[in-house]
Amino acid sequence: MARSKGVRLEHISKVYVDPQTEKKFYAVRDVSLDIAPGSFVTLLGPSGCGKTTTLRMIAGFESPDEGEIYLGEEPINELTPNKRDTAMVFQSYALFPHYNVFDNVAYGLKLRKRPKQEIKERVAAILDLVEMAGMEERMTNQLSGGQQQRVALARALVVEPGVLLFDEPLSNLDAKLRVSMRTEIRRIQQKLTITAVYVTHDQSEAMSISDQIIIMNGGEIAQMGSPMNIYYQPSSEFVADFIGEVNFLGGICQSVEEGVCSVLVNGRTVAVDTRTPRKAGEACTIVLRPEAIQIAEQGQLPCKVELSCFMGSYQNYHVRVGDTLVKITDNCPVNKKIFAVGDAVCISFAKECAHLL
Amino acid sequence: MIRAQSARLNRKKLWGDPFVMPTVIVVLLFLVLFILYPLATLLVDSVYSADAGLTLSVFRRILDLKRFRSAFSNTLWLGLITGFGSTLLGLLFAYVDCYVEIKSKPVRRLFGVVSMLPVVSPPFVLSLSMMLLFGRTGLITRTLLQIYDSNIYGLHGIAIVQTLTFFPVCYLMLKGLLKNIDPSLEEASRNMGASRFKVFTTVTLPLLLPGLGNAFLVTFIESVADFANPMLIGGSYDTLATTIYLQVTGAYDKVGAAGMAVVLLCLTLVLFLVQKYYLEVRTVATLSGKASRPRVAIADKSVTVPLILFCSMVSLFVILMYISIPFGALFNLWGRDYSLTLKHFEYMFKYSGFKAFRDSFVLSLIASPITALLSMIISYFVVKKRFRAKAFIEFVSMLAMAVPGTVLGIGYIRGFSSGILGTGFLQGLYGSAAILIIVFVVRSLPIGTRSGISALRQIDSSIEESAYDLGANSGKVFLSVTLPLIKDSFFSGLVTTFVRSITAISAIILLVTPQFLLITTQINEFAEKGKNGVACAYATMLIAIVYASISFMNLCIKRFGISKSAKGGG
Repeated sequence: MARSKGVRLEHISKVYVDPQTEKKFYAVRDVSLDIAPGSFVTLLGPSGCGKTTTLRMIAGFESPDEGEIYLGEEPINELTPNKRDTAMVFQSYALFPHYNVFDNVAYGLKLRKRPKQEIKERVAAILDLVEMAGMEERMTNQLSGGQQQRVALARALVVEPGVLLFDEPLSNLDAKLRVSMRTEIRRIQQKLTITAVYVTHDQSEAMSISDQIIIMNGGEIAQMGSPMNIYYQPSSEFVADFIGEVNFLGGICQSVEEGVCSVLVNGRTVAVDTRTPRKAGEACTIVLRPEAIQIAEQGQLPCKVELSCFMGSYQNYHVRVGDTLVKITDNCPVNKKIFAVGDAVCISFAKECAHLL
Repeated sequence: MIRAQSARLNRKKLWGDPFVMPTVIVVLLFLVLFILYPLATLLVDSVYSADAGLTLSVFRRILDLKRFRSAFSNTLWLGLITGFGSTLLGLLFAYVDCYVEIKSKPVRRLFGVVSMLPVVSPPFVLSLSMMLLFGRTGLITRTLLQIYDSNIYGLHGIAIVQTLTFFPVCYLMLKGLLKNIDPSLEEASRNMGASRFKVFTTVTLPLLLPGLGNAFLVTFIESVADFANPMLIGGSYDTLATTIYLQVTGAYDKVGAAGMAVVLLCLTLVLFLVQKYYLEVRTVATLSGKASRPRVAIADKSVTVPLILFCSMVSLFVILMYISIPFGALFNLWGRDYSLTLKHFEYMFKYSGFKAFRDSFVLSLIASPITALLSMIISYFVVKKRFRAKAFIEFVSMLAMAVPGTVLGIGYIRGFSSGILGTGFLQGLYGSAAILIIVFVVRSLPIGTRSGISALRQIDSSIEESAYDLGANSGKVFLSVTLPLIKDSFFSGLVTTFVRSITAISAIILLVTPQFLLITTQINEFAEKGKNGVACAYATMLIAIVYASISFMNLCIKRFGISKSAKGGG
């Protein structure tokens, strides 16, 4: 879609007043973003982190207290939602219950006073794209959750907005449908190359769908980056913990050579890749994903099994290294040795698979 | 001021919308001009006069009037008795409805009819039939019991009539609350060894207490504000509402009447504020949960038989009272000659019946769409928009609920008879049809607004936001999305206003000029003259009109109402 626009937030803050205590607090604090046209960006974070407020400020439902929002090159702070070139897909779908599918999708086009024939063609084309062709006459309460979400998506897409906004659109669907719908949303976004800003608290959804993920915490941006970057090089314990399962191993940096740091953990030395300069003698934390750890009789760090649990696709272990409990997922356990609780074992990991904080 | 920018932007956005600000201004003007201004005039009038300056002399003067002092205590006594009676009777009906197993369908239907009847019935009707049944020539007192000196006029007469008129309101309120009590609470108490009576006194009643207080105050306010019943059946027992009326029409003392109106207004206002901001909040707080599963009804005959019997008898009595109205119109001379005749109807139509029906009908018909639309707009602002005057708009439109009709009537006389602020501006309004229509609108506005607010609260606000986001301005959103979704509420606002207007009397009787004849004022006139037959003929027609409108509304809602789907959407 040639009309696709970028979104820029410059030092945006939003302050709310707690109605009980009358204290002011920042729902969003000094957020700056630059979203390229045609890219898919996800705002991810726990509830109350300010992600939905940020999205609603882009849509115009909330007004920022500091900073300016640009859509393309145009500052839009003073525009009402109906004057902004955005279209939103809501968590509750927000379909008009008194209209059928066709009228729902045609709503935005009718407001733009398009000719009847054009409306008909564009609605038909977009319903085809979301695989809802032939359902034009249905009332919205005759549709399943997934179908309602497709109609909501079609209704937002058909007006060809400069940017498409998603407010946790899949959280009302069941788990399986969620997975198929997110692939669908990604497919359509890629096909139309439309700018999309997507809000979710589900990290796997964010990973699978986005070009860029923005992790928010307490109203501020915790980290921005590609899904892989965020998963393997988290900038803080919060980010590491929020994205997937993680282990933190405390240690002391002994020496750094060519980007590889030797870390003393529980009396043993292990090698970990590092991208930031470090000094010898400095305390540090190794970030380890459970699936990046191998468990065997021999290895880098000796430890004891405290939990061993078959989970189907993997064997789940908890082992104790010094004082720290380490979670391990050992994939495809069928042709491996299964350790029992109390067994003395060792864990090891490749230096590229660990990250140093 | 860290919030300054968002405040500025919100203001800018609000003004940038072609619908919101102009409508808000119109609504504000209407509320200020037709609710606040007349009430303020009364207040100012009663403490300030041009020659004496700031003075309490009006109050001193009316306090010296024995008539006023007795009216004041009469009003309070009546309110207390009616409040207690209605709450108790309402509680009994609600309890039987929710807790007792009622096997027979007709009894259930009977309760349903009785709970609806007085709510929609014109004022007077019960007073009229009270006179027909128990008056000096009453069917029961004289013809059946041979009592020749029965006196139904006075406190006991009004109290009975008011209790029967207002208890259904309590019944419906308390029924809603009882339904929300989770039966497992009572089962837990029963399980620990409490008797059924003990369960009622230690679990059900305490949970219900704020609700009972609420019901009591609501009926107290209604009773205090009631004009029609004390007028007709009060005899020499005057209440504040009737005294004010007599002070204007009999003593031509408009300033004294204004002072009394202020007293009555303060009374209802205080009660209203307590009810609205103290009890209502507590009622919701204690009973916010939804019952998880249906309650096991009491089937014990020693409980069910007396309760059902009593409630059925009360119901039958109410129905008997309504039935006696058309017969009152059909009998030649009630009490002496029970031969059937149409002469009262003939008299009604020959005298001025057609004009009365036409005037009442047309004025009410004009008032109802205005009220319905206005109340939907106000509720839309209250629920969905944020701006500074919002709380004010909500408060003033609800305030009208606490203003007795008589007070409003006096306020309009004082405020508009010589134009606004005595300048002669808008003087043409006074005595015109427009002012009657405005009174109808103001009197029904709180009810419409309340129903609109509760309907809107159930609609997911993202439905409107999505329309807004797709490019519709607020006006378009309201017309294309909001209004269609709350059309049930809109319809019922339409009919409720019509019914309330065509049966209204208290404020109207002070403002109506001879060029308009209204059904209710005609009933009052003929009943006062002792022409009960003609009064009954009018009342019969009025009941028929009201019944027809309500049936029409139910039909419309059944046919066009789809609001259910909207509520499931969230």
